[in-house]
Amino acid sequence: MQRDKASKLMQNLGILLFLAPALILIGVYIIWPIIMSFDLSMYEWDGVSPRKLYLGFKNWIDLIHDSIFWHAFGNNIKFIFLSIIIEMPIAILIAVMLDRGGKKFDAFKSLFYLPMLMSSVAIGVLFKYIYDPSFGLLAGILNFLHLDFLNQDWLGDPNVAFYSVVAVICWQYIPFYMIFFIAAISNIPHELYEAARIDGATQGQYFWKIELPLLAPSIKTACILSLIGSLKYFDLIYVMTEGGPSNATELMATYMYKNAFASFKMGYGSTIASAMFIIITTAGILAYFATKKKEA
Amino acid sequence: MGFAKEIKKWYFIFLAIWTLVADVPFLFMFFTSIKTQSELLEGNTWQIPKQPTVGNYSTVIHGSFFNYLKNSVIAVSISVILILIISSMAAYVFARMKFSLNNILYSLIIAGMAIPIHVTLIPIYVLTNKIKLYDTIFALIGPYVALSLPMSIFILTEFMREIPFELEEAAKIDGCSMFRLYSDILLPLSRPALITVGIYNGTYLWNEFVFALVLTSSPDKRTLPLGIWDFQARYGSDIPAIMAFLTLSLLPMLIAYILGQDKIIKGMMAGAVKG
Repeated sequence: MQRDKASKLMQNLGILLFLAPALILIGVYIIWPIIMSFDLSMYEWDGVSPRKLYLGFKNWIDLIHDSIFWHAFGNNIKFIFLSIIIEMPIAILIAVMLDRGGKKFDAFKSLFYLPMLMSSVAIGVLFKYIYDPSFGLLAGILNFLHLDFLNQDWLGDPNVAFYSVVAVICWQYIPFYMIFFIAAISNIPHELYEAARIDGATQGQYFWKIELPLLAPSIKTACILSLIGSLKYFDLIYVMTEGGPSNATELMATYMYKNAFASFKMGYGSTIASAMFIIITTAGILAYFATKKKEA
Repeated sequence: MGFAKEIKKWYFIFLAIWTLVADVPFLFMFFTSIKTQSELLEGNTWQIPKQPTVGNYSTVIHGSFFNYLKNSVIAVSISVILILIISSMAAYVFARMKFSLNNILYSLIIAGMAIPIHVTLIPIYVLTNKIKLYDTIFALIGPYVALSLPMSIFILTEFMREIPFELEEAAKIDGCSMFRLYSDILLPLSRPALITVGIYNGTYLWNEFVFALVLTSSPDKRTLPLGIWDFQARYGSDIPAIMAFLTLSLLPMLIAYILGQDKIIKGMMAGAVKG
């Protein structure tokens, strides 16, 4: 009995020792910052001076009346829809074609994956020059095709900039979803195709009636990934436009960053960050239950 | 699959067009990097350079490129090693030990996967200043490791749960300590999962931008993504030099990809598997 207790104690001590580094780091760098963020949202603070001015919910009330924030939020929503309706069909289409081609088409895969190897910063910088209206690649191609009249200030025109940036992000993420769907398609039993062919199904029928329905859960997962990713997107937009021109490409994250680290409004920046936390967590929970229900 | 040749031809054409969409930007990048500034401004942008030059590359190499590269290598490798050690220790406990808080703690940590990192940005910046780590490599390692833990612990715990208990039982009877069980039995058996976790975090952190932007400021402390950002700000008009920097910065990942294509892809996808 005594020995049992002693070994139990030893085991608990071991558990504590093994978990301690993870728990401490997660506590310091995730849990505490979340609490801190909500706390800071109640203050006016430049991040440097020792004095913080307590405001209560003033920042939150300001946020509700902040048209730029809502414009940024609207851009996030637009971004979600655009990326889903552009990325998913292209990724599925390419994955299906690669699957049909079998081994012969394998060489394409490596070529398609290339954008995944580049950091968002590098992609952002590269496309800034591709979009340059005077010596960019896009201008060069349009010129070559005698379509000069289409050429414009891709990133400088507030009406165009948002779509220019979204196009790059789609370019960046299509390979990711493509691999995702290639994996999903390879899980569909080959017999189904054989059976469909014996029953006289055409390729189109096979795709619409068998393949696509079987891919539905994967498509849903991919859409959720894209949804959450779009809500917190930052890197590429910040690199290419910093949210401009005149907030045309502003997202919640770029607006938060600019408030906190360019205008040194740490309090208000924390309010935006906390609002993002609430929005993204809610979206995540809703998405989780939306997919859960279907399975039950 | 056996499909009609005619249709396959159309597939091939479509995929060939997509190859252009996916890869022409890289050709533009490379060809511009071996042009002179004047050739870029005079000629057609998409044209192949007539007299290739390596001058832009020497500009980049004589700048701070290797310093940025060194910082990236240090920050990412220390982070990944710490992630592997810390997450595998936690995963061992969650997967193999029975204790009352097991499920609650595990669920709590897993919930951390859904946290948008931007919420932590301002407080981590404040904290880093307070503990005087601002503008050092170590400023990055804390958040890099901590924010990677939930996903890494998840992948490793799920993997370790599948390892049969018999080996461990036998070792326990032989009087093996908890640490020996972890280091001599569980870790070697978890190799595939450890590799996946390492690659997933390695590729992610290699390209990490926002924390490096906020937690460092001097060029000799910054990582490669920030190097691109700084270089672009400084050489904004020297486009061939910037393209040379971009090409060089892509090389490490490209080499890694060529060496371990399947593993890299699998590692990159690890984040998506959780669904």
